[in-house]
Amino acid sequence: MSVYINKDTKVLVQGITGSTALFHTKQMLEYGTKIVAGVTPGKGGTEVEGVPVFNTVEDAVKATGANVSVIYVPAPFAADAILEAVEAELDMAICITEHIPVLDMVKVKRYMEGKKTRLVGPNCPGVITPDECKIGIMPGYIHKKGHVGVVSRSGTLTYEATHQLSEEGIGQSTAVGIGGDPVNGTNFIDVLKEFNEDEDTYAVVMIGEIGGTAEEEAAEWVKANMTKPVVGFIGGQTAPEGKRMGHAGAIISGGKGTAADKIKAMNEAGIEVADTPSVIGETLIKVIKEKGLYDACKTH
Amino acid sequence: MNIHEYQGKQVLKQYGVSVPEGHVAFSPEEAVKAAKELGSDVVVVKAQIHAGGRGKAGGVKLAKNLDEVREYAKELLGKVLVTHQTGPEGKEVKRLYIEAGSNIEKEYYLGLVLDRETSLVNLMGSEEGGMDIEEVAANTPERIFYEEIDPVVGLTGFQARRMAFNMNIPAKLVNKAAKLMLGLYQAYIEKDAAIVEINPLVVTGDGQVVALDAKFNFDANALYRHQDIMEMRDYDEEDAKEIEASKYDLSYISLDGNIGCMVNGAGLAMATMDTINYYGGSPANFLDVGGGATAEKVTEAFKIILSDKNVKGIFVNIFGGIMKCDIIAEGVIQAAKEVSLEVPLVVRLEGTNVELGKKLLNESGLNIVAAGTMADGAKQIVELVG
Repeated sequence: MSVYINKDTKVLVQGITGSTALFHTKQMLEYGTKIVAGVTPGKGGTEVEGVPVFNTVEDAVKATGANVSVIYVPAPFAADAILEAVEAELDMAICITEHIPVLDMVKVKRYMEGKKTRLVGPNCPGVITPDECKIGIMPGYIHKKGHVGVVSRSGTLTYEATHQLSEEGIGQSTAVGIGGDPVNGTNFIDVLKEFNEDEDTYAVVMIGEIGGTAEEEAAEWVKANMTKPVVGFIGGQTAPEGKRMGHAGAIISGGKGTAADKIKAMNEAGIEVADTPSVIGETLIKVIKEKGLYDACKTH
Repeated sequence: MNIHEYQGKQVLKQYGVSVPEGHVAFSPEEAVKAAKELGSDVVVVKAQIHAGGRGKAGGVKLAKNLDEVREYAKELLGKVLVTHQTGPEGKEVKRLYIEAGSNIEKEYYLGLVLDRETSLVNLMGSEEGGMDIEEVAANTPERIFYEEIDPVVGLTGFQARRMAFNMNIPAKLVNKAAKLMLGLYQAYIEKDAAIVEINPLVVTGDGQVVALDAKFNFDANALYRHQDIMEMRDYDEEDAKEIEASKYDLSYISLDGNIGCMVNGAGLAMATMDTINYYGGSPANFLDVGGGATAEKVTEAFKIILSDKNVKGIFVNIFGGIMKCDIIAEGVIQAAKEVSLEVPLVVRLEGTNVELGKKLLNESGLNIVAAGTMADGAKQIVELVG
């Protein structure tokens, strides 16, 4: 078991003929991801890496039964690519593209209301269920199959945490990068709900950062609903106010969105927060030992 | 990206928002000429810097004649204004805005901002004009009103009127105020703004509703489709190192510590600063070299970090992931040689071929310390810098 994606997921790559998409399509295929189709308008009828290319998402879905799309389309056209995936009623669209204008995403979010598709991202590393399906740009080899769910706003920081877990023999059920943008499709609570219901996830690592109040809302949800232990980390404890720290969403404004507020809310919800990213793995191990879950989580 | 008040007012004018007449001036002579052209009894000499709180800091002066205009212009140009938004170092005034005086009856606050919780743009308004709106929000939140805007229909007439009534704008001016709000929203959407604030919005003695100030911040991701806004960028208002970094697609932010940081990924870059701080050091910058840290980018990043004279040591923290560590190590070595690095350098690499990468660093003959973990690297650089 896992959340969102597994060995049966049929993946469609939007913008497959771009250089980044091509590179990662190869990586995903090597990992064993079932990539059944690519879409690049005007390149329909061709093939890349043995994957058939279509002009539209609709055509690709009809021909291949793809149910999840991954989007590498350049920022000016990415919002449109998401809309196309939603209109084709895919289960999920994972948008890797960064630098999408925020007002484009405001429209996308509104359009998606009541629609079938779940959006993950944009500006995210993707989703991986180790040994089954890797969708996105994360390095596959740092992951190990297991029972810890990972959800994060940051890419490399997730790799850091996941790598620590794998090194200690603690595998992951699924790792979900929700992205660093202020308007995104899937938030912490959506993923936490999935992990809470997933039989194969025993504990969760949640990695947040400054800006917005998503971590505070997630903490409240955890306090009220979560039956599994959660540990966390918040990036940007030393970030100055009013400066965008790389991610469009990582900004403290009007005294809101500070790391201190988030850590406080998480601690109050019983979430242990690691002091530095180097001890995220250690912190999780400490907590699962306390809860008697260590042996169950240890995968080798 | 921010623009100046006078530029913001130029944008507003295009959308039918009433603003006082005014001209920009770069010298006392231009200021006097501008004041003459306005032909107003009272003119306002306003310092143009990218920060709020100018009034309190003495950056806004009322002049009753041309001599006073000249005097105030001389006083303000070249002056360093320190406001709650500039930081203690302040900002030097290089431009003035010479504006016709307004007969102010009452001041209000009006703003548009994205609400991240709902992913909708919100119109914010308050009767508490001319004050720091964050203070109003903290002390008397009930005095701020909100209208959530559906992107399908945009701000509607009834919402704008409801806002005007809530703000206690005189009944006979409600329609004028509502029209201004609709224009403001149009400007926000069409120019891809992130924040617009009119503080104060004023009602004048002759029954006008006027934007007396205009603060715009634009979504950097959307600037590619707004050449006109891009042309308003004032490089004098930005950190030289940040401008240089943006040329190479590096995300760099100056801080006031002495340990330069070079990291791939924004989250990891923030966490690296935090870790340095945790071990008693102080980061000189935030720097995200991006997912593909090429030798060229690393070299440019080194140059930018070293152009900060406070930097006493550098910590490179790269989680290679799909990139190979030996390639990154080669890039770091090449870059360190090219910039003839003299300060201590600690490099932490993780990813494929990590052992080979470390070996290359150790055998480079350069003063490079290869660290095992991020915490180890942070500790080492803090010790080396002392």
